[in-house]
Order: sequence, then structure tokens, then C-alpha cells
Amino acid sequence: MKVTVNIVRRPDVADPQGATVARALHDLGHASVRSVRVDRAIHLEVDGDDPEAVRAEVVRMCEELLANPVLEDFEVVVEE
Amino acid sequence: MAVTRIGVVTFPGSNCEHDTVWALTLAGADAELVWHRDTDLTGLDGVVLPGGFAHGDYLRPGAIARFSPVMAEVARLASEGRPVLGICNGFQILCEAGLIPGAHIANRDLAFICRPVEVEVVDTDSILTRAAEPGRRLTIPLNSYEGAWVDPSRAGRVVLRYVDDPNGSQDRAAAVANEAGNVVGIMPHPERASEAVLGSDDGLVLLAGFVDSCGREVTV
Repeated sequence: MKVTVNIVRRPDVADPQGATVARALHDLGHASVRSVRVDRAIHLEVDGDDPEAVRAEVVRMCEELLANPVLEDFEVVVEE
Repeated sequence: MAVTRIGVVTFPGSNCEHDTVWALTLAGADAELVWHRDTDLTGLDGVVLPGGFAHGDYLRPGAIARFSPVMAEVARLASEGRPVLGICNGFQILCEAGLIPGAHIANRDLAFICRPVEVEVVDTDSILTRAAEPGRRLTIPLNSYEGAWVDPSRAGRVVLRYVDDPNGSQDRAAAVANEAGNVVGIMPHPERASEAVLGSDDGLVLLAGFVDSCGREVTV
């Protein structure tokens, strides 16, 4: 099964990369941009037939390795 | 007096391990390299995780290194009260491993900073700062990109503070200790300020304090 993990930096943690991208967009004339956050997506292919079991295992992967709980939240999307 | 034995861990991608062994030797220790796959650090009085880019810094700095086999032994030594020091990438690894509170993000200005910086001793109750006088200022090279420490829990104890604010680190923290003070992470490189010929030997007072700590009996 194909699984996408979206790793999202917590709102209370600074995102210098997002701030820099926002400045660059403003420099290019995109004055409508209010804010930018740069996050990460991790794409996995995982053996299994049961979407909920696969989801539960990927959640454990996030807790163990893929996300840092000090900085980041995560969202697991299992593609049916 | 028995010789103080300190292990310096080499991960794939470490690049400061030899400098660290050299500087610890100058500070009076019997320092040796240990491999990240070693699973028995029995006999060592303390351990250092050196600077570099362990496992390529893939995913996040320290995220893969914290699962290197040696880290179970590092955690055991830390829990027994033995001194554990992380320098730069080693600091990042200790945070990922949960041995020091917090985590690291990119420097505020997204610049890779590589220059001497001034730090002030603010807390001497740690294995790194015990030999330094409170308020003393030291000039030590900083060499990092993801060097800004953040700690929403506010559980980390700042022992060295940047005089200026080079990277946006919380509380201008340059070095942070765990509650017990036996695990410390420092972002600048004291081993690169360990001889006058390097431009500064200000780091020696820190390394000498660390070696002294390693040579003491542990009381937990």
C-alpha cells in the first residue's frame, strides 16, 4: 500500500526556511502572500492488506523515527 | 593515579573525532576512538559524541545516529551518572536520543556559521563547566547550520550562553545540560580552541573540566 506521511512543524516553532521563501515571493511581487511554512512529505510503500493495520504501523514509525515530537506533528495518509 | 579513559565515538560521517581525541589528550586523558557499532563500553570513564554529519544528517541531524548500536551503551553510561559530552552534531544526537531536552533547527538567518564566537559561563554545575569561573568569557569556533536549540519544555539547563546571538538559539544557549549535569551538549567546538597555535586555547578549561569529571567516582 502507498502511504504518505506529512511532517508538519509545530506552529510555535520558528520556520526560518518558510520566512525566507515568503520574503523571496514578496520580492517577486507576490504581495498577497501572508505566510509560508515549508513542511516535508515522506512517501512509503508498505506490505499489507488492512489499511488500519498499515496506518497503525506507520504511526509507530513516525513516533520512533520519522518525526521529532519536540518540533513536529505528523499526518498519515493511506491510499486505498 | 589511574589514567582517565574516554571514548570518542566515530559514526559514519563524523569528522571531528581525531581533533577531539587530540584535544582530550592535551587535557590529560587517555582518549581513544570507539566505533558506532560497538556494544560494550565497559571500562570507559566517559564518552564524547563528536562533530560531523553522522549518517549524512539524513532525515534530521542525529535522527539515524541515535539508533546506532553504541547509543544503548551511551544511554547506560548516562543513566549511571557517567559523563557524556556531545559536541555540535553530538549535541544534536543527544537531543534526538532524549538524553538532553530540546531539538535543533536551522540557524535563524539560514546561514552556515563558521567563525569564532564568544560564550559566557553561566552555570558551573555540569561535567563541562565545573572548572570554569562563572561569568568568564571564552572564544570558541562555531561551525553549524542546524545550530539553533529549541526547547518548548524548558527543561534543559543552559550552562554556556552566547554573548551575541549568532543563530537564534533559545535563551542564547550555546551549551545545555540535563538535570543531573552529567550529560552536556555544546554547539561550538572546544577541541578547535585547545592550543594557542589554533588561535585560542579557551576550550581547554572546558575539556579539562570534562576530563576531571570523568576521573571522579560517580555518585548517583
